[in-house]
Amino acid sequence: MYQYFYDLTGNVIISGLIVAIFPLVNVLLVVLIGVYLERKVSAHMQDRLGPMRTGWHGTLQLIADFVKLLQKEDIASTETDKGLYNIAPVLVFTGAFAAYAAIPFSSKLIGSEIEVGIFYVIAVSGLVVVSILMAGWSANNKYSLLGAMRSAAQIISYEIPTALVILSIVMLTGTLSLGKMSELQTAYFWNWNILGGAGFGLAKFLLIPFMVVGFIIIYISTLAETNRTPFDIPEAESELVAGYFTEYCGMKYAMFMLSEYGNMFAVSAIVSILFFGGYQSPFGYLGNTLNVHWLIPYEQAFWFLLKGWFFIFVQMWLRWTLPRLRVDQLMSVCWKYLIPYAFVNLIIIGIISLL
Amino acid sequence: MALKTESMVLNMGPQHPSTHGVLRLELELEGELVLNVKPHLGYLHRCFEKHAEAMQYNQVVPYTDRLDYLASIGNNFGYALAVEKLLGIQVPERVEYIRVIMAELQRIASHQVALGSNGADIGALTPFLYLFRDREHILSIIEETCGARMLYNYIWVGGLSHDIHPDFVRKTKEFVNHFKPTIVELDKLLSYNKIFIERTANIGVLPLDTAINFGASGPTLRGSGIKFDLRRDDSYSIYDRFDFDIPVGKGLQGTVGDCWDRYYVRVREMEQSLRIIEQAIDQIPEGNVQSAIPKRIKPPKGTVYTRIENPRGELGYFIISDGNTNPFRVKVRAPSFVNLEVLGELCKGYLVADIIAILGSIDIVLGEVDR
Repeated sequence: MYQYFYDLTGNVIISGLIVAIFPLVNVLLVVLIGVYLERKVSAHMQDRLGPMRTGWHGTLQLIADFVKLLQKEDIASTETDKGLYNIAPVLVFTGAFAAYAAIPFSSKLIGSEIEVGIFYVIAVSGLVVVSILMAGWSANNKYSLLGAMRSAAQIISYEIPTALVILSIVMLTGTLSLGKMSELQTAYFWNWNILGGAGFGLAKFLLIPFMVVGFIIIYISTLAETNRTPFDIPEAESELVAGYFTEYCGMKYAMFMLSEYGNMFAVSAIVSILFFGGYQSPFGYLGNTLNVHWLIPYEQAFWFLLKGWFFIFVQMWLRWTLPRLRVDQLMSVCWKYLIPYAFVNLIIIGIISLL
Repeated sequence: MALKTESMVLNMGPQHPSTHGVLRLELELEGELVLNVKPHLGYLHRCFEKHAEAMQYNQVVPYTDRLDYLASIGNNFGYALAVEKLLGIQVPERVEYIRVIMAELQRIASHQVALGSNGADIGALTPFLYLFRDREHILSIIEETCGARMLYNYIWVGGLSHDIHPDFVRKTKEFVNHFKPTIVELDKLLSYNKIFIERTANIGVLPLDTAINFGASGPTLRGSGIKFDLRRDDSYSIYDRFDFDIPVGKGLQGTVGDCWDRYYVRVREMEQSLRIIEQAIDQIPEGNVQSAIPKRIKPPKGTVYTRIENPRGELGYFIISDGNTNPFRVKVRAPSFVNLEVLGELCKGYLVADIIAILGSIDIVLGEVDR
């Protein structure tokens, strides 16, 4: 994308700026749509209507909320650790927002085509833990502290199965780049990694069940990493009020919400890149059949967003169906089930891919 | 060298999303482990008992609404029975039938809130809203009859404030038919949900002898496995005419007397209430619901204690009359207050998250705890 704008403008700074702003715009759009969708999805699942008054079917509700949050007085208790307290919301948002830089929305629409894209995404989303701990500690509130402790333990634990599954895909595809990973699953849906990846032979069919297991493991652990029900223990509203951001209000509070919804899309995107072909269309491209090649990137972006939003919808669906696990049960799910299965899965996939 | 550790004191409430009102729990924690729980009461104290002494007998009825505000009909019912016993009034058959139907509708509505909020505390918000949607039917049925949705002032000493609405029978039957399948839905969505069972089975086990020693009653007691229901064991009004079972905790998912048992007893009790309503609804005799209401209530000297099975347990009214138009003393035995005592016993050794589940399964209403 940088190259494209560089060719267009011929200026390093302008093209760089455009590329840098791209993830920010993306994440804000995702959050706007995500919050609206969450309210509507939850409402319709619960026999309600959700927001209906502001704009057509409540579409402007988000703008109204945003304005309200901006206007709120920024209240902080005198006991807070001011420095950490103020940095934490910014840092948590940075973690969510930086991941967008490496996500390929289509073959042309990538903020930055990093060779070690998937590694980068894991690394920057690790930032979230630090900022959650900062928020929980600096607020000097016991609920925040409990929430932060739970959250740190949870996110760190669930990064292990995530990384193991990602590793198995990296082993199979032989690349760390998210763009190349998507490129390898090109053409039709039977080339997707969930169905054993591109190429034919015995290995492909042997891989399918293990890929499905891998997908289930990574989906569960990404739910935990984004603090969604049934793993929303750090912010369990009925126990810890709001968990680590209990003491925050106004825009700082909104930053935590922004990062949650930003993260939701980021992990959905990663899952769809790893297993469901990323931006690749399942049925080939209209642009190819009609011989209009400029159409292809748009089609790719469409498919990518469709897949991403589908996984977000499943996350919401789970959230509004399931109760919440307890903190020790959450840990045992991770350490007793997910990690061993992910490990075995990794080894088996390794052996099969040698065939 | 041993590490020096310190337990943390956490105030849960009086403003907290799951203390069901203004209960304050003083938790002593070691990490997330609960060492001690101390409930602090009195944030909602309104001097009901003292107020009652300054009012005439019939004027007390609206105040009883505010005790257990989720089961107002039951509160009216108990008070009316107590004063009627003091006066020696026999109410008409029609009144008895309507009272029983209303009380059972109210029991369902109350259990719906109890189950819903128990689920919501554990994180399942959807069943909560489904149950509130169905509760709406009951509220509108009662609203049509007496004009109020929550604090009814419906059952008066010697009768009722209004006769039932002409649509009452039809709508109640409609509700019964609508609600039966939703209990099945609730079972699928929440009762047998794996995570819900993980969160509630074997948690907060209340052994039968402890429950009896603490004087627990209602679903909290029955969850521990004893068939004790005042509708059967100390039958009042016309409950002896109906055929119904008393569900008890059997430890289906864990130990007898755990949170899941208390939850499940309530689910099955709603079915039994539906059964009672079905039997009673076609038998309502004709009559005047206000014919037995005394013009002036001036009972003879004496004391009376009546108890009824309210959704939360044994609701008792102890009234002393000195032969005046005002009661000399009204004492309420509030089931929530007594059941809440068990909490300290139940929570020791569990995690913070379990306290919420346990408190939800005991199902307290602060209006009744503090009176």
